[in-house]
Amino acid sequence: MNKVLSIVETAPRVVRLEVETPDVAKHCLPGQFIILRADAEGERVPFTICDYDREKGTITLLVQVVGDTTAEIAALKAGEYIHDLVGPLGNPTELDEYENVVLVGGGIGCAVIYPQAKKRMSEGKPCDIIIGAKTSQLLFAKEDFKKFAKNLYITTDDGSEGLKGFVTTQLELLIQSGEKIDCVFVVGPMIMMKNVCDVTAKYDIPTVVSMNSLMLDGTGMCGCCRITVGGETKYACVDGPEFDGHKVDFKEAMQRVDFYKKRGNDCRMMRY
Amino acid sequence: MANMKGRNMPRVQDAKERVRNFDEVSHGFDDATMVEEADRCLNCKNAPCMGGCPVGIHIPEFISCLKKGDKEGASEVISRSTKLPAICGRVCPQERQCEKYCVRNRAGGAVAIGQLERCVGDYNLTKQNVKSSPDPSAPAVAIVGSGPAGLTCAADCLSAGLRVTIFEAFHKAGGVLTYGIPEFRLPKAIVDKEISKLLDMGCEIKLNSLVGRSVTIDELKRDYDAIFISSGAGLPQFLHIEGENLNGVMSANEFLTRVNLMKAYKKDSATPIYCGQNVVVVGAGNVAMDAARTAKRLGGDVTIVYRRSRDEIPARAEEVEHAEEEGVKFMLLTNPVSIGGDETGMVNSMRCIKMQLGEPDASGRRRPVPIEGSEFEIATDHVIVALGTSPNPLIKKAFPMLSFNPRGTIIADENMFTGVEGIWAGGDVVTGSATVISAMGAGRKAAAQIIEYIGEKKK
Repeated sequence: MNKVLSIVETAPRVVRLEVETPDVAKHCLPGQFIILRADAEGERVPFTICDYDREKGTITLLVQVVGDTTAEIAALKAGEYIHDLVGPLGNPTELDEYENVVLVGGGIGCAVIYPQAKKRMSEGKPCDIIIGAKTSQLLFAKEDFKKFAKNLYITTDDGSEGLKGFVTTQLELLIQSGEKIDCVFVVGPMIMMKNVCDVTAKYDIPTVVSMNSLMLDGTGMCGCCRITVGGETKYACVDGPEFDGHKVDFKEAMQRVDFYKKRGNDCRMMRY
Repeated sequence: MANMKGRNMPRVQDAKERVRNFDEVSHGFDDATMVEEADRCLNCKNAPCMGGCPVGIHIPEFISCLKKGDKEGASEVISRSTKLPAICGRVCPQERQCEKYCVRNRAGGAVAIGQLERCVGDYNLTKQNVKSSPDPSAPAVAIVGSGPAGLTCAADCLSAGLRVTIFEAFHKAGGVLTYGIPEFRLPKAIVDKEISKLLDMGCEIKLNSLVGRSVTIDELKRDYDAIFISSGAGLPQFLHIEGENLNGVMSANEFLTRVNLMKAYKKDSATPIYCGQNVVVVGAGNVAMDAARTAKRLGGDVTIVYRRSRDEIPARAEEVEHAEEEGVKFMLLTNPVSIGGDETGMVNSMRCIKMQLGEPDASGRRRPVPIEGSEFEIATDHVIVALGTSPNPLIKKAFPMLSFNPRGTIIADENMFTGVEGIWAGGDVVTGSATVISAMGAGRKAAAQIIEYIGEKKK
């Protein structure tokens, strides 16, 4: 179980792994995640299911090295095993009610919009997709997204590819061009999701975000991932991970996600 | 004639010493003390103690064996009723069960039944596991959750020749015995040994398997002849007051899981842990005591805040005593009103109000009523909320055909039957947070029903 079939470095410090885990591959849907432990003493870390193959019984994970556990995963070789892996966790993405969806992915957050982009394409309803990264090298699965998208827009902070600037700039251009947008699904660093929500709020466009809160069990037991949505406490693991972005208290969520980082541990528990 | 001496007390680690380690607090009885304590039992004909045991252990009979130092004989007696005496002997609230009804309460104190059971349990642990395996064509039972109810049900079903698969969402089996109860109260080696016994009986435990997600109810129904749901009550209750989502405010579940399951108290642990200087634990049940005593061991100055008075404290008397010996402070008749934090979102204070006891409420305990104008503030950098738990909402999603109470617990009859053919449920998922032993009792009852049901079905 949990055999790594392939592992490829897609960008500096970012790897894509295909893992054999038939139970997860059989039941998972876009938007869900897994929790794994790299070794017998490892911490539990959540990762988004970026892609899956029910026939082969595999899932694909995108892992950015940010701490010890992610470094350990990145060092795995094909044929080696991940000690523990549980899932699928969380609720699947629900965007079917929207006709014209814009998918926005920032950095490693592209792992979450990837399966949605693929699904919408296969259903004959491809989306406009905006992907952004610090620099060209860090853009994830650009070629795949090109195939899945109605139109693919690229932004980089340094202008090394596509529009120089942030995904928000591109999104606002798209909105102002008169493009009909029923919903924006945005996944990336919390500050990016917050900024996108600020933009879409101005134009009254429903916006869904995927919260990468800290998690321990991922099944509703610890409450570590709790966030405030519309004044109510919600658990990202069982109530989410996706929420109405206009109702999320991002200030609190950003403070909570940094909790262990400030305590001298580098934060090693982020889902993407 | 039984000896009329007072109750023997087990040796315990000195409080000053034990707050610096996670080793077990109580050393239990040595053999001589065991025999001496067993000798205090009057072997009452009507055995009132047995009426207080949720699994009906034949208490005078096993104690009679111990009077002669015969642990093997005692083990045989106990094993007719429970497969987990090393655990029950440690964590059962005996003073409210068997020992409460002991006639020696009026003469030197109740016989230390729990301690004697522990002696037998620990003796069992030294024995080699008996290896066996069920007939591969035998009917199969699926058990959801590997806590005390699930383990007990599994043991009984295996003994009856059934095949058993336990589905556990965590990477380690044992449920609350593993993630909840700290090492210093229940060493994990004991839990591991009990689980290894089941494995050697041919039990299959599927770790990292979340029923409803990794495996669906339809798949369970297709592959198994009966299902027992013992998924516990894992969803922590919070206070629903201002400031509850500040950093440094967490559930006892989170704090204890990090320490017990993830071993975050060890220096080289991959899992991070936070323990403040001024820790406030809200609540006074066993979990609150566990959290408080764990925080103490991690170097915190710990205060328990509880809205009722000492008489209403739900934790076991022994746990409260141990906590006090270890320097945990108690702020009784006090209720949190709000939690304050700094500009970085970190908790720094808790506003409380003094309470007084009014008329008895539905639970029969006197209802705590706030005293107007008595609000005050305490400084704290870590709040641990231990107000009980309710069943995981995922269970309701996974088993939509079952009936649920508003609190999320599964409705089952006195035989743990859910009313849906082939599905039983027991333990905290039915009762809401209760005790290890009541969960074991439920697992036992359900196993008896499942064995009978499968027997009928085969005819």
